[in-house]
Amino acid sequence: MSAVTDRDLDATGLRGRIADFRRNVLARHPTTAIGGVLLIFMILGAILAPYLFTSDPIALNPIYRLRAPQEAHWFGTDMFGRDVYSRTVYGARISLFVGIAVAVLSIAIGLTIGLISGYIRVLDAILMRVMDGLMSIPGILLAIALVSLSGASLITVTIAITIPEIPRVVRLVRAVVLSVREEPYVEAAVAAGTRLPLILIRHILPNTIPPLIVQATYVCASAMLTEAILGFIGAGTPPEIPSWGNVMAEGRTYFQLAPWIIFFPGITLALTVLAINVLGDGLRDTLDPRIAKKM
Amino acid sequence: MNDAQGNKTQPILDIRGLTVRLPASADRENAVEDVSFSVLPEEILCVVGESGSGKSVTAHTVMGLLPPKQLQPTAGQVLLQGEDLLKKTPNQMRDLRGARMSMIFQEPMTALNPLMSVGAQIEEILQIHTQMSAREREARVIEVMRAVSLPEPERLIHSYPHQLSGGQRQRVMIAGALALEPVLLIADEPTTALDVTTQAQILKLIKDIQRTHGTAVLFITHDFGVVAEIADRVVVMQHGKVVEQGVARTVLKNPQHPYTRMLISSVPSMTPPVRPPKDSAPVVLETRDLCKTYRDRSLFRAARETRAAHNVELSVRRGETLGIVGESGSGKSTVARCIVRLISPSSGQILIDNNDIANLSASRLRENRRLVQIVFQDPYRSLNPRRTVGASIVEGPMNFGVSRAEALTRAQDLMKLVGLDPHALDRFPHQFSGGQRQRICIARALAMKPEVLIADEAVSALDVSVQAQVLELLDDIRKRFNLAILFITHDLRVAAQICDRIAVMYKGEIVEHGPAAEVFRAPQHDYTQALFNAAPGRDFEFAKFEAA
Repeated sequence: MSAVTDRDLDATGLRGRIADFRRNVLARHPTTAIGGVLLIFMILGAILAPYLFTSDPIALNPIYRLRAPQEAHWFGTDMFGRDVYSRTVYGARISLFVGIAVAVLSIAIGLTIGLISGYIRVLDAILMRVMDGLMSIPGILLAIALVSLSGASLITVTIAITIPEIPRVVRLVRAVVLSVREEPYVEAAVAAGTRLPLILIRHILPNTIPPLIVQATYVCASAMLTEAILGFIGAGTPPEIPSWGNVMAEGRTYFQLAPWIIFFPGITLALTVLAINVLGDGLRDTLDPRIAKKM
Repeated sequence: MNDAQGNKTQPILDIRGLTVRLPASADRENAVEDVSFSVLPEEILCVVGESGSGKSVTAHTVMGLLPPKQLQPTAGQVLLQGEDLLKKTPNQMRDLRGARMSMIFQEPMTALNPLMSVGAQIEEILQIHTQMSAREREARVIEVMRAVSLPEPERLIHSYPHQLSGGQRQRVMIAGALALEPVLLIADEPTTALDVTTQAQILKLIKDIQRTHGTAVLFITHDFGVVAEIADRVVVMQHGKVVEQGVARTVLKNPQHPYTRMLISSVPSMTPPVRPPKDSAPVVLETRDLCKTYRDRSLFRAARETRAAHNVELSVRRGETLGIVGESGSGKSTVARCIVRLISPSSGQILIDNNDIANLSASRLRENRRLVQIVFQDPYRSLNPRRTVGASIVEGPMNFGVSRAEALTRAQDLMKLVGLDPHALDRFPHQFSGGQRQRICIARALAMKPEVLIADEAVSALDVSVQAQVLELLDDIRKRFNLAILFITHDLRVAAQICDRIAVMYKGEIVEHGPAAEVFRAPQHDYTQALFNAAPGRDFEFAKFEAA
């Protein structure tokens, strides 16, 4: 069967495919391209942080505290003389890690529960009531409770943000499963004696992927925001870790004196979230042409 | 209008050399090309053709309802009583629509707004186009509703579409279309979604209206039975072009163009061919007292019971085709789904080779899945669009321990058998036409080497020429594998051609049962008689052409 796909590829050619992509995605959805490029830029920055003219983000240097942006410190320094530029670049690592980890975890767990809930009617009632329960707990509150129970760490924060995201993914997947399970090709597979796990993976799961990719971008963006909020109110990652939320929280009291401490991580966070959301919108239009046409 | 009466030769609608261009990505350049025909006063003109023939595009062009930018008329004229509609502005077209020409659609449920009472929907047309007072409007609404024989119009105007039957909804659509006494009524497959008895009533209604109101009717259909029933003149379209037109009887009895001849000879006859009885063959499938009852439980009211199938007893012998005939809601599909065990029967037995599979546990049922296979109605949804057809065909055998290599060899043989290229196994469903997909579904079912094949409306979604080929294929594999086929259909013509015996279902029960020839010659039950009388063009013997 791989021979087929290869032949199909040859028909249009890899180069043709790239041209198609350029014509279909980039030309029709320029916002997708902008969002994608911006996000790739941020991720590269996070990975290459040590090589981007940064210094140690937690090195104290009280002599140079609260300096305005200048040649030696592009984004200025904070009240302990730490370089805000370095802290912002290294902060991208934390925020993007939390965002992507939460997206991957909540999609993986939500997809599993959603598939089971949508296809096995007996479990549906129980699982969905549990999800209702989870949804009724405010996300921030749950995070604060978890962090204060098990101590502040990157992992705790990630888990705390993941849990409230799961029900939304479950609902989305379940809705898709409920509509697809009635399709004749699924019934034909049942009649052919295909086992339940195979039916779910082979015939139903692929239909949930396009909406999930879109959902993942929104989860990622909102997780980054939640992480920043938690850091800001002091319930997030430990204060010595330079996450954007922590940097802004520390800069809060010096806002009138040294607004750059908050301004630069803030604008970076906003740009990153915007990039992810724009990318998500673009992907939604590409993956579901019906919505795109209406707009 | 008086002019038209006085001058019979002045057509109501005159289409001259109409060409509508398709978007660049389509498979041909023009949706319709150089189409010319006219609708005379007080006549019913049927435009007939298979899917993709451009008949609907023509009708939508007349109404000015083409999707803007995608489809554009590039040449020709559309003259409504001498005025060229293609030259009208969108505002002028809006004034014409509903007032001087109106249209009824195939799907009466989606063509009506579910949130507005039907009276209000008809009244809306009067509100837009006339200066009538509220009282005059209501009187007129009741008048037109009475004209289309809707019961108790005074009460019915306050009803909502979901409270009406399909036939009543279509009557409401027609009432709305007639409210302003248009000179031209366009009907786009208005009875295709309806049951055959309802279809007969709606056809009669359209004929009556055309007679009493003198309305010219442009009637679009794919069904030659309907054509024989109501057409004065016929236009046959193929690939966007008119291939033949003329007086209905002449075209039907003495078609000139080979395509028309092929189409008409593909229409199955209502007279079953002589088939050898198969009384000696062993019974493969038998149901005893099969019942399926749906209980609608609710916290706040008593449980409601719906009997979808009640005491269904049927048996199919090896090498025999049993047809289950009935209208929508008769329970014929429920019976099929019970036998395939996609749903569990409420009570009764389903015997396959004398083994009861009605109450098997999930794991025991899986072992028996091989024995009964099903082919569904909708070829576009029956194959997983993300998997190659080869993968779809080998899935079943591989579930039962057949190696991939062996299953693939079997799949190739079957592709040849159903008349497709064995190398096409690597392709995806969207690369095939509807008829080809249905062949693939048959191959997929046969790959399991079943004892019983169930065809649930398996040819109903296909064009008539494709339908004839798929029917032939089904009959061919029945003979070749000595299969028992349970053939479920609403189409009496199809049933007459392929079935040895026929069971007629009505409201969940089998009301008549017997050899096809007998049931068709002398139906016993009242319902069967009504059903047969309603079949469009029943007296018309297609394919018996007169010598030219």
